[in-house]
Amino acid sequence: MSSFPWLTTLIVLPLVGAVVLWALPSTARAAARQVALAFALVELALTGAAIGAFDIGNAGAFQLAETHSWIPAFGVSYAVGVNGLGLVLIAMSAVLVPLVVLAAWREQGSEKAATDRLRQYLALVLLLQAFIVAVFAARDLFFFYLVFEAMLIPVYFMIGGFGGPRRRYAAVKFLLYSLAGGLIMLIGVIALYLHGPGGANGFLIDKLTGVTLDPTLEKWLFVSFFVAFAIKAPMFPVHTWLPDAAEQAPAGTSTLLVGVLDKVGTFGMLTLCLPLFPHASRWAAPVVIVLAVVSILYGALLAIGQQDMYRLVAYTSVSHFGFIVLGIFAFTSTSISGSSFYMVNHGFSTGALFLLVGFLGARRGSVRIDAFGGLQRAVPVLAGLFLVVGLSSLALPGLSPFVSEFLVLVGTFATQPAAAVLATLGVVLAAIYILWMYQRAFHGPVNVAVAGLPDVSARERWVVGPLVALMLVLGFVPAPALNLVRPAAQVTITQVGVTDAPAVAEGSAK
Amino acid sequence: MIAAFTAPHVAWTAIAPVVIVLGAGVVGVLVEAFVPARLRRPVQLALAIAAPAAAVVAVAALWSGVRDSGGTSVLGGSVLVDGPTLVAWLIIAALGLLSVLLAADRTEVGEDAFAPAVAAVPGSAYEEQARAAGTVQTEIFPLMMFALGGMMAFPAAGDLLTLFVALEVLSLPLYLLAGTARRRRLLSQEASMKYFLLGAFASALFLFGIALIYGYAGSIRFSDITAATATPSQLDPLLLVGLLLLLAGLLFKTGAVPFHLWTPDVYQGAPTPITAFMAACTKVAAFGALLRVVYAVFPGLHWDINPLLWIVAIATMVVGTVAALVQNDVKRLLAYSSIAHAGFVLTGIAALHQRGIAAVLIYLLAYGAATVGAFGIVALVRERSADGSVVGEAGALSQWAGIGRSHPVLAVTFTLFLLSFAGIPLTAGFIGKFAVFSAAVAGGAWPLALIGVLASAAAAFFYVRIIVLMFFTDAQGEAEPAASASAPAALPDAAGGPVAVAVAERTTERTTTTVVVGTEGFAAVAIAVCAIVTLVVGLFPTPVLDLIGNVAKFLP
Repeated sequence: MSSFPWLTTLIVLPLVGAVVLWALPSTARAAARQVALAFALVELALTGAAIGAFDIGNAGAFQLAETHSWIPAFGVSYAVGVNGLGLVLIAMSAVLVPLVVLAAWREQGSEKAATDRLRQYLALVLLLQAFIVAVFAARDLFFFYLVFEAMLIPVYFMIGGFGGPRRRYAAVKFLLYSLAGGLIMLIGVIALYLHGPGGANGFLIDKLTGVTLDPTLEKWLFVSFFVAFAIKAPMFPVHTWLPDAAEQAPAGTSTLLVGVLDKVGTFGMLTLCLPLFPHASRWAAPVVIVLAVVSILYGALLAIGQQDMYRLVAYTSVSHFGFIVLGIFAFTSTSISGSSFYMVNHGFSTGALFLLVGFLGARRGSVRIDAFGGLQRAVPVLAGLFLVVGLSSLALPGLSPFVSEFLVLVGTFATQPAAAVLATLGVVLAAIYILWMYQRAFHGPVNVAVAGLPDVSARERWVVGPLVALMLVLGFVPAPALNLVRPAAQVTITQVGVTDAPAVAEGSAK
Repeated sequence: MIAAFTAPHVAWTAIAPVVIVLGAGVVGVLVEAFVPARLRRPVQLALAIAAPAAAVVAVAALWSGVRDSGGTSVLGGSVLVDGPTLVAWLIIAALGLLSVLLAADRTEVGEDAFAPAVAAVPGSAYEEQARAAGTVQTEIFPLMMFALGGMMAFPAAGDLLTLFVALEVLSLPLYLLAGTARRRRLLSQEASMKYFLLGAFASALFLFGIALIYGYAGSIRFSDITAATATPSQLDPLLLVGLLLLLAGLLFKTGAVPFHLWTPDVYQGAPTPITAFMAACTKVAAFGALLRVVYAVFPGLHWDINPLLWIVAIATMVVGTVAALVQNDVKRLLAYSSIAHAGFVLTGIAALHQRGIAAVLIYLLAYGAATVGAFGIVALVRERSADGSVVGEAGALSQWAGIGRSHPVLAVTFTLFLLSFAGIPLTAGFIGKFAVFSAAVAGGAWPLALIGVLASAAAAFFYVRIIVLMFFTDAQGEAEPAASASAPAALPDAAGGPVAVAVAERTTERTTTTVVVGTEGFAAVAIAVCAIVTLVVGLFPTPVLDLIGNVAKFLP
């Protein structure tokens, strides 16, 4: 069973789903939603099976690997494989996609023409999922780059074709930022190959790891990769595309964009920048840490000032990504495990927040905070869900984001105490932006416009319920996820060549 | 006085591909003279299809011999049949064949793209008479054959004189062909005139350069020139100016900045199949020749050529991309994009690295296939006038709105070509871009590669704009036929705003709707072949890379 191509199956299945949706005969088009959901659920089940086939005791190694020669003239192979980190991120996306499909159920209206649009939207979601799995599984640098760029296409259409009134502006801004970053990385990819061992499979990441590079060249290569990932993540000061994209995109798109896609940025830093350019990573760490702390505080401060809830959530993500990057570049196994786990939790927490804001928008026709008021009395269940998800975003103990944020801060404190102290202020600011938003929108006198709004439907409960449950379970029993990401973190630490600083961290994390 | 003329030994088999194509042109002239009018078109068509196809077969037959021997020098060194020559022949003949298919297609409307009487004054009674009589200008096909033969001889030339003769043989028919469009006759004739004047000027520069180089080296033979310029210490103004003029003539044909100004006007005015022919085949021929001149003929002068190539490559990429951003006519947009592509190819040439040869040839293959296919589709998207008859091509981008909804197959195919132009992974264009950029990085020209990728990012913007227009914008004509004259609103939203102003002039007299006409089959075959090549080379490039990589070496 170990030879079964799990990862290829996980890549191909959503691709088939997208094609099926696209080519659905006109008589069966009404069933597009069910077809899409079925594919997403089968994908989820297969992901579960893949986790079963994965040897958790050896989660630091790359498993389920497949390597086939693809373009030997360029040194390109089709190579996939995951360690614990890649696996949990694939699992996270597999959980989110069915929920996004479910959330889009009524999004594009119910008329005949609109159903056609919904079908196209769902096809794009599945197409994107295929790319997501491929990018987290890629073990060939060229293949990784290829998917990294190809991912832009479905997202561009998901924003530009289905979003709000300024969607085309947002889509183009997103595309240009990402494309510019990606293409600069392409130069780095080519240069790295030319300085690596070369040959018919010279793009394999395993072959490129540990190559001795000229220090100056290594720094430049690091910069070319890091800029691409920082744009994707997004970090201050290249984050400005995110609020626009999140504001204009449908809630489901934002969920995948911020919850999953942006993780490719931090995932890339962790699995490419650090192992490929260890010296340059250590050289750049002080600057990156400063940028991360600025992201944390600046994102949080801007979030406090937002009226549009989508923009607010987007800025909180800038802040959260600051935490993730901080943990990665603090170079302790605790902080890196924390960052890895943070990536998963942030996907659930922010994804749920976007979806809930989407529900509010669908009811009220606006997501401005001042368009609401007293919601708690009008829609009590929705308000309760919103509160729980909001509290997860500010890392309340008992919910899984707390565990990861705590690990990041504790791990960072061991090597970068000043940064850790400053970052802790971000936690306080998080309390302000979440609770103040909740207070304005859900408490106070009931706004006449929201008085008669319906509470959450059964479908909507099914969209958010699983996420809340997952956050609670992982909040109390984080061990299964941590066991997957911790060995990978330790491998990374060894590759970067720093001595781990376990001390306080290990003890108090338990 | 020449005492005794000894005829050189001619290896006819080695130059068979060129001989076949030029021979078909000569036979085509005889067909015009002797075959009855109603049979002329089928006969010419059969000839024009068979000749490039036979040339492809002939190239295939030569392939293994050249791969093993490295190539032969024919006609006393005037023609060099080596690996790059064969690859260029193959690409030119194949793309030429596809262009002939586009030219042959009369669409379901029953009219081809060419004027019934090219010599008639536009709008005259004579022209109307010719139209009514259903006259067909079958001379188009022999003209294309002559141009094709010249194009094939161009990259194979082994001395400066052959190079010049090939240049003229390929150019003169194109000057004529550019003026033969059925619609917008004045625009077409203007294009022809412009192309002729500028082309003649470039030829003069080229010839002057040849004279100067001959003056320096004492020979027109490439091998002698290489030997004479091998030691870089003997820098002579004669040589430098000669080389500069020679390169200017070559760069004119490739459409590189600052010799690009004819491109948009000529591409727009010429009949679309001829535009496809020019954009694809001429570029391959010109870059093939440029590649030989830079890599094989003047290796001793690399340090002097290099700054020039860098400047031209950067200017070409930047100007082509920036100008394309603001175009509102499909053919003009593709013309500027072809300029930008010339810049990308030049980065591969400026790499001056052994990888550059194969990289440039692969790029040209990918670019050529997408170009022929894209122009083939442009020819099918037409305007329907108020009285219901199908007239000229729907050039304005705004008229392409909503085609993705009404004609998904056509729009998806066009999208494929645009994505290939943009260099998106899994298309042939990406393989080409990757090849030239990695050649540039390998040759130490990484700043060129950097500017190249930034230009690609900007270029992606206008390709994607068309895609958005086709799939996500409502067709204005059908939705609001009455108010269409005052509806520039449908276009700008695709690009986010700034293009609205420039559209206004085109929308003032709009009383037409956009239709897609069916093909007779010829164009459909050509477009399908282009799409398959674009996809297959994008997904499984290994066979093509190996094929080209194995022979990418010039005869010394």
